[in-house]
Amino acid sequence: MNLAVKEKTVNFSFIIPALFIFTIFWVYPFFYTFILSFQENDLISPPQFIGWSNFKVVFTSPDWWSSMYNGAFITFWALTFQNILAFMLALGVDKIIRLRKFYRIVFFILPVLSEIIIGLLMKQFLAGEPIGRDVLNHLLHNIGLGFMTESWLGTERVRLITALVHCWKGFGWAFVILLAGLQSIPEQLYEAARIDGASAWQCFIRITFPLLMPVITLVVVLTILGTMQAFAMILALTGGAGGLTTVPVMVIYDHLRHNIAGLAAAEGLILGIILVIVSFTMFFISKKIREKYGVLSS
Amino acid sequence: MYYQAKKVVIIIVLHAFLLSVALSCIFPFLWMINVSFKDQKEFNSDYGLKFPRRLNWDNYKEVILKEGFWRYFLNSIFYTFITVLLIVLVSSLSAYSFSRLQFPGKNVIFYMFLTAMMIPLPAGFVPVYILLKQLHLLNRTGYVLAMTNMGLSLSIYLLKTFFDQLPRDLEDAARIDGCNKLRIWWHVGLPLVAPALAVVVIFNALNVWNEFVLASLMFTNDNLMPLQVGLMEFSNRMVTQHTLIMAALTVAALPIILLYVRMQQQFVKGLTAGALVG
Repeated sequence: MNLAVKEKTVNFSFIIPALFIFTIFWVYPFFYTFILSFQENDLISPPQFIGWSNFKVVFTSPDWWSSMYNGAFITFWALTFQNILAFMLALGVDKIIRLRKFYRIVFFILPVLSEIIIGLLMKQFLAGEPIGRDVLNHLLHNIGLGFMTESWLGTERVRLITALVHCWKGFGWAFVILLAGLQSIPEQLYEAARIDGASAWQCFIRITFPLLMPVITLVVVLTILGTMQAFAMILALTGGAGGLTTVPVMVIYDHLRHNIAGLAAAEGLILGIILVIVSFTMFFISKKIREKYGVLSS
Repeated sequence: MYYQAKKVVIIIVLHAFLLSVALSCIFPFLWMINVSFKDQKEFNSDYGLKFPRRLNWDNYKEVILKEGFWRYFLNSIFYTFITVLLIVLVSSLSAYSFSRLQFPGKNVIFYMFLTAMMIPLPAGFVPVYILLKQLHLLNRTGYVLAMTNMGLSLSIYLLKTFFDQLPRDLEDAARIDGCNKLRIWWHVGLPLVAPALAVVVIFNALNVWNEFVLASLMFTNDNLMPLQVGLMEFSNRMVTQHTLIMAALTVAALPIILLYVRMQQQFVKGLTAGALVG
């Protein structure tokens, strides 16, 4: 008996370091966020309980909702442009034999590099001084596309360009995941369909698409989660552009920087809850679709 | 004959499409390296679109030696190394225990780690920052511990599932030979999960190396800042010194690009592992 207890204690001791770090840096902060969001806390004077008023402030704050709008705008572009591009690239690379490895290496360089590097590089590339004759415009001039020159990071274009740079940085991710999904579809299915006289389009709609549904859902959810929490790249690229490209995490970060911690926690909580709801809904919808079309889950 | 021709055309169109996207990925970096070898006057006249007249290393000298990038670089290496080491030790210990050993509450605790992986915490840095400020652990210690926690759940999960697939024969043999559990973990368990450890190491190393938010909040001392924060500060200070910024970006990006090209399989595995288990 005593021996058994001793053994279990020894076994348990193996997870103590992990549990220790996890409790301090995940469990405690997780619950502390809830408490914090009901407090007025400037990190100096003792915190005060103020009920729901942080949430009221957040819900009625135009800055917060415009940042949510900007986040949603970038997410929209990431979901459509980025993921469709990634899907087309994955289909293409799946078909060819030559240079496959080369493309895989090149497309994944951007996700490997840090957001700060990408943001700063593209800032120089798109909007290096002096304004109006920056690098991309100069390049367009040189290759005879002078009519396309723009003030890329000027007030009119900045939101769209930020979204596109985000897509540019992120498509490699979706590409790699979708390509792995495509390559896991057994070749025999296509052969059988071809013998039955199916066209390439029918093969795509009846085989590729339904079998890829779980992977596509995964990519969609990851895109939403990743893009709504985007921050560092946009900070480096535009610094917010006077509210035009302020994203939610940027608002939270600024509030924390200005020692308005309670408000920051409330905002984080609201965004977190929205994201949890979105990802669960997506998985639920994709499960329904799979049940309807009778495709077994992978 | 007709089908042959059609096929060739399709392949050509496909490659044209893929190559143009690939070019868009590479070109900015070639431009970056090109600019880093120019002086500001040369850059102003050609915007870095022509090759430099000569390889001019002055920008690098200034950035690395005078602006302290060697320090940011060493700091980043240091934080990355310590964090990854901690994660490997802590997560493999608990993964081994979750997979092989029995104790009450095992499953509950394991599922707790799993849930943590799936709940998005967009403002997770807020309470962590406040906590570390109260504990006076800002700067190094706090940062390393907080980053260790960020990689912990995923690493435990990856290693546990890998342990689960392995046969227990070797461990049984070691036990019969009189090894205690800690030594079995170290001498038998760890070598066996080496392939999964490679994924864990790369995933976490990149995560720490590229991390910005927490680092920018936590480091109050300029001498302790890691590379990403240093880059950001530097570019804010040097807005008009394009060639210097490009040299700094090259210093930060090129090692990662070279490492990635050499070990691209492991990078892809390591980075997608995080996505695919979520």
